[in-house]
Amino acid sequence: MLESTIILDAAAIQRALTRIAHEIAERNEHSTEVVLVGIPVGGDHLAVRLAKILSGIWNHTVPVGILDVTMHRDDLDSRAAPTVHPTDIPFDVNNTTVVLVDDVLFSGRTTRAAMDALNDFGRPRKIQLAVLIDRGHRDLPIKADFVGKNVPTALDEKISLLLTESGAAQDEVILKKK
Amino acid sequence: MSWHRKHLLDIESLTAEEILTVLDTARGFKAVGKRAIKKVPALRGKTVVNLFVEPSTRTRTSFELAAIRLSADVINFTTEASSLKKGETLKDTARNLEALNADFIIIRHSASGAPHFLSRVLDAHVINAGDGAHEHPTQALLDTFTIREKKGKIAGLNVTILGDILYSRVARSDIWALTKLGANVTLCGPSTLVPKTFEKMGCRVTYDVDEAIRDADIINLLRIQHERQRKTMFPSIGEYTQLFGLNKARLAKTKPDALIMHPGPINRGVEIDSELADSSRSVILEQVTNGLAVRMAVLFLVNGGKELHAAEAP
Repeated sequence: MLESTIILDAAAIQRALTRIAHEIAERNEHSTEVVLVGIPVGGDHLAVRLAKILSGIWNHTVPVGILDVTMHRDDLDSRAAPTVHPTDIPFDVNNTTVVLVDDVLFSGRTTRAAMDALNDFGRPRKIQLAVLIDRGHRDLPIKADFVGKNVPTALDEKISLLLTESGAAQDEVILKKK
Repeated sequence: MSWHRKHLLDIESLTAEEILTVLDTARGFKAVGKRAIKKVPALRGKTVVNLFVEPSTRTRTSFELAAIRLSADVINFTTEASSLKKGETLKDTARNLEALNADFIIIRHSASGAPHFLSRVLDAHVINAGDGAHEHPTQALLDTFTIREKKGKIAGLNVTILGDILYSRVARSDIWALTKLGANVTLCGPSTLVPKTFEKMGCRVTYDVDEAIRDADIINLLRIQHERQRKTMFPSIGEYTQLFGLNKARLAKTKPDALIMHPGPINRGVEIDSELADSSRSVILEQVTNGLAVRMAVLFLVNGGKELHAAEAP
């Protein structure tokens, strides 16, 4: 029997994204160099939302890309092949500040794969990491620059982000306990 | 997503969902081919052996490039330069290759069932690149990929396969894939090469070419497999071209958006007019491009697949 708790509701997700956007704006003086790259599934939609808020702050559009990292994962031999999503980076990443956007930061392996995958597209000046949830349990020396909410979890718990863009009735972040 | 198979041996045993998983995965790999850096590290450190005991350029090159783009190492092994010529059995050849720690064996063989046999005696992942007149699964996957990309769907489409069906492994794999995905398949060709028994596979057989292609959304042409025919199955090539060859006059009577496909190698002037093969209705070269993406997807998917016992099967 799975017990699930809502840890962020729609309003809280919106507040967290607004705060992250302001933090990104504060950290990056040269706003035209900033591009957002979302990691599917989840991060791609969050990147679009963040870009919208950021363009309001900066008064110019912020480029958004999607980066699939499955082919760069280090666990391909030990699991069934993961779903491959299309990658779409409609801009030159050379000399930009790429803000990687993911829904949940856990082991850090997705982020490592993302940095590796990004290399194939060029050499960004900087890479920063924005996540909606940091649930701990890192396997690698990776730390997020912008965090929506820190959630201490047990290893057997599962966090899911539901967004209206992917067909959910309302935005929610849910923690499921075994 | 659903893929748990360790090998790709045929289309017959796949579910529609598994076929769609390959097509969806291939979409991601097709995009990789358009990047400046066309290589991804998914199979880094793996060894792929192309064991082609029957001639092939297109399929072998396609598999070779697919493996290279996934960062695997590739060895090509052809009959002309192999111990099979010296009398070694297929099993011994394959076990020798495996002793070199090959992770994937891609096999083309003139005997139906050769890949299935290898999958029973080896630990490596086995991929069927064409076995006799039995199946050519990656061709069917790239054909369905191309159709879905061009038409946006497969279910409900009318697909006509025209030519030598009897000796064609492409036809068999295509029929399995297309019928599983809900297309209406019509077969047409000389009656000696299109026996009525194919109706058991869920398709329609007709010998009237104009009727066969009139309502078709896709016209898939097949080459006459001279090398597999034990005796002449029709009077002459000239007569075949006259009765079944696709030409401008015939094409004029089809749907204006009907597409022409061909698995290659094409025999210009036999099953298709040279001009038509190069026309905008033809997607023959796109099939080749898509074949690469589909083969990358297949290698990627079987790599994560494990041998399942019947009880564990999903």
